[in-house]
Amino acid sequence: MKPVFNESAEKEFKDIISRYPNKRAAMLPTLHLAQREFGWLSREVMGYVGELLELPFSDVYDAASFYTMFKLKPTGKYHLQVCHTLSCALRGAGEICKHLHQKYGIESGETSADGKFSVLKVECLGACGTAPVVQINDDYHEDLTIDKLDAVLDKLD
Amino acid sequence: MYEKVLTKDINMPESRKLAYYEKVGGYRSWKKALKEMDPDAVIELVKASKLRGRGGAGFPTGVKWGFVPKSTDKPHYMLVNADESEPGTFKDRLLMAGMPHSTIEGAAIGSYAIRANTCYIYIRGEFVREARILEEAIAEAYAKGYLGKNIFGSGYDLDMYVHRGAGAYICGEETGLIESLEGKRGWPRTKPPFPAIEGVFRCPTIVNNVETLACVPYILERGAEWFAGIGPESGPGPKLYCLSGHVEKPGVYEDAMGLPLRKLIYEYGGGILNGKKLKAVIPGGSSVPVLTADEIDVDMDFDSLAKIGSMLGSAGCIVMDEDTDMVNTLLNIAHFYRHESCGQCTPCREGTTWAEKVLHKIKSGHGTMKDVDLLYEISGNIGTRTICPLGDAAAMPIESFVRKFRHEFEAYVTKEVEVA
Ligand SMILES: Cc1cc2nc3c(=O)[nH]c(=O)nc-3n(C[C@H](O)[C@H](O)[C@H](O)COP(=O)(O)O)c2cc1C
Ligand code: FES
Repeated sequence: MKPVFNESAEKEFKDIISRYPNKRAAMLPTLHLAQREFGWLSREVMGYVGELLELPFSDVYDAASFYTMFKLKPTGKYHLQVCHTLSCALRGAGEICKHLHQKYGIESGETSADGKFSVLKVECLGACGTAPVVQINDDYHEDLTIDKLDAVLDKLD
Repeated sequence: MYEKVLTKDINMPESRKLAYYEKVGGYRSWKKALKEMDPDAVIELVKASKLRGRGGAGFPTGVKWGFVPKSTDKPHYMLVNADESEPGTFKDRLLMAGMPHSTIEGAAIGSYAIRANTCYIYIRGEFVREARILEEAIAEAYAKGYLGKNIFGSGYDLDMYVHRGAGAYICGEETGLIESLEGKRGWPRTKPPFPAIEGVFRCPTIVNNVETLACVPYILERGAEWFAGIGPESGPGPKLYCLSGHVEKPGVYEDAMGLPLRKLIYEYGGGILNGKKLKAVIPGGSSVPVLTADEIDVDMDFDSLAKIGSMLGSAGCIVMDEDTDMVNTLLNIAHFYRHESCGQCTPCREGTTWAEKVLHKIKSGHGTMKDVDLLYEISGNIGTRTICPLGDAAAMPIESFVRKFRHEFEAYVTKEVEVA
């Protein structure tokens, strides 16, 4: 089925394009919106964004594939972005990665068999003073220990 | 005694609210600018304050604003750089979450000074919470008439929007940011033309860091002399220092520009984690040359750090204790730049990939002495050969780590270090 924004997303989109002098500049916000609405950016979704912005598919794909936050394949219901850059590495990011690997049996970039969790190693999240940091969907979890992280994860359903 | 300015009244979450900000003097400078000053007077005042950009390069803010042509028929744009992507840096996040209105007020004054009627705050995509806080604050400012049409009856209009990035270090670089805002991949542009002449949408544009702009309302309120009198003459003002890594109390600390690095680590930071000894510090975000434990009697300001061959950068100070493996650490840094190189310039794309491979080789016990020298050669062939300074940012840590901790790299080659 062809992806289409529902009424409220359509309204948000109209608001987005009103902020820029041309439609192309609405690319990133529109991709964010589309990803929120449809979960990830399939070829069909990127094609739809192209139609909305009056741009060829290639322009949309070019932008979408450049940025780590845009998902070109589905991820788990809970997407764990684990920072492994220097300040986090100095404060135990390596152990966190190892632990998640053992816990869910997945590598960075993979999704657990039940579709619930996906893990992605990412670069500095801009919260180095409270390292190590894991972002679960939109939310930052900081100053983590393995126990603290488990307490968060085990509460998710 | 230094009295805090930028973070003095931050007391989350109340300090996010407009009413709170007004109570502590907020938006008085904005009114003053619109009622009593013409745009050029604002630029002259900021020039006189000697404010230099807090995003990394330290360019004088007033001078940059002065580059925007006075008579054009094109619209002008103010872009707030809230990308906060330099590893070790997390100060703008505190400002935006703790007192978003100071950034908004500073951005409004800056917009007025450069005759822009539109301002975008480009915030890194992962900062979902901070973007929401800014949007709420902007809505409050519109409702009170601080933004919008004909502000305080001055005839001046200003629209301000939050624009979220989507995960790419390079979009912190100002022309990468501009390309990204235009809806493209963040590939930096060659300069000239400089953004002040031809930036976003081919129009005159200024890009300023969050902390830079947050200083501006205080300059209007308390005067250029007051600001210029804080810290070193060549680059004064209040400053936020980010402290992370192996210290007891990591965090953001505000003091005057020129804070002694030793004081930051041992007084504010409570010393090295678990009572260990210090081995090394990267003082200005991962892109700047590393300092050894013997080099920390230096003031954290543009000139003092440059004098000893490093840089203030974003004041992201990353501390490493005596047990830190410097080969591993450099590999971590090299991986970052390889991953974040936008791929546009060959020396950076290929050089960062190559450096990471050589470091892997050394770390896995297969390196030779020639490989250690090769790292120098690679870094020397990336730096200054690229469109944007990411190339230099990738090269400086490599060169300085190998030069200052060469014995650790050699120990891997001679197998004095047990290879995991
Ligand atoms: C690779 C790279 C990344 C950068 N990242 C940031 C950043 O995250 N935030 C920022 O304010 N400036 C960043 N800068 C500096 C900007 O290019 C620019 O100098 C700055 O935003 C100008 O603002 P200022 O004059 O107020 O400092 C970066 C520069 C480079 C080369
Ligand atoms: S290094 Fe992990 S948040 Fe900066």
